[in-house]
Amino acid sequence: MQVKVRLHNPRRDLEIEGPITIINLLARLDLNREAVLVVRDGELVPGDESLSDADSIEIRPVISGGAS
Amino acid sequence: MKCVTCRGPAIIDIRRHNSNFCAEHFLEQCQRQVRKAIDEFEMFTPDDKILVAVSGGKDSLAIWDLLVDLGYNVDGLYIGLGIGEYSDTSLDYARAYAQTRNLHLVEVDVPSTFGFDIPNGSRAAKRVPCSACGLSKRHLFDEEAIKGGYDVLVTGHNLDDEAAVLFGNTLHWHTEYLGRQLPVLPAREGFPKKVKPLVRLAERETAAYCIVKGIDYLVDECPMAAGNKHLSYKSALNEIEAMSPGAKHSFYFGFLDRAAAFFEVEASIDREGLGACASCGAPTTSEICAFCRLVVRAGGQLPDQTGVSAVPVDLGPTRTGSVQ
Ligand code: SF4
Ligand SMILES: [Zn+2]
Ligand SMILES: [Zn+2]
Repeated sequence: MQVKVRLHNPRRDLEIEGPITIINLLARLDLNREAVLVVRDGELVPGDESLSDADSIEIRPVISGGAS
Repeated sequence: MKCVTCRGPAIIDIRRHNSNFCAEHFLEQCQRQVRKAIDEFEMFTPDDKILVAVSGGKDSLAIWDLLVDLGYNVDGLYIGLGIGEYSDTSLDYARAYAQTRNLHLVEVDVPSTFGFDIPNGSRAAKRVPCSACGLSKRHLFDEEAIKGGYDVLVTGHNLDDEAAVLFGNTLHWHTEYLGRQLPVLPAREGFPKKVKPLVRLAERETAAYCIVKGIDYLVDECPMAAGNKHLSYKSALNEIEAMSPGAKHSFYFGFLDRAAAFFEVEASIDREGLGACASCGAPTTSEICAFCRLVVRAGGQLPDQTGVSAVPVDLGPTRTGSVQ
């Protein structure tokens, strides 16, 4: 079992070896913490939380597009 | 991570405030920031009739929710832009929110009203999709706000949006736009008062607000946005923010405090000499306003027959009245 990670734009799924903190996971995926939120079962997961192998999370981008 | 207010377990960190919050105190923090923006810039009062432009995304649903919770009288306005599945889904989200909170949503559908959609129309008119889209939305926001007798039009622009637009305008020294990039634009002939109560909240916070509040919003991006400059300005600013929390806030609010006034004169010259569009009556410096010209160039039809459109026009039942 590994931590299941769902990413958007484009939508894709990854599996990452746990345990790993959110901050380290985002660093590993080269994602800026200002640009995403991590959601598990509809709830926000704080950056210092450690994910274990049974976890399934979504990394949700928060940056939206149009210049108007 | 502990909540700065109650010392309970925190769910989010906001680095530019050097604070962490639990769910309850995070929602309070969002309300506080919005109330502060409304008061500081004298946006509106509880007696005002407010129209908020709603896209089905996180920002517009968050501000609608915040304003209703703060006790304001707010209707929503949704503009259907004909961007395929994206538009269909975004309308579903806007309607679902309005329904759960028993709020009134005004809907304007561009394809059935004006006979063009943004993807094809912008191509025909040889415009970048976001520019045709932005022009259409601004025009229809103004028109619906005036027509509906609203005192003020609210948009969901957040701190990241404003900082990114400022970044772009500064990078290219578009001084004619700098004097107008304010959280409040007063009403003037043919234009409603326009305000941006989310300027004190970053995008990450408006998204978090929706998640914590259980508001379903459209997460997927508009397919037309990919690769636009606005997104690249946002990610450049986020790189800076990551190294220097608070950079976006001080860039934008520093501009408002210390620089915006220098550009006011140029911005006001731009507003002189406005007449009424011969087709729709909206204020314009030309005979026909930019939106009506776009409709014609995009191969659509103007709802009011004035001879501008080359195609015989079937006047739909959807639009009556004009802005004069
Ligand atoms: S990304 Fe561009 S085309 Fe899509 S809704 Fe926003 S402004 Fe319109
Ligand atoms: Zn708390
Ligand atoms: Zn017009």
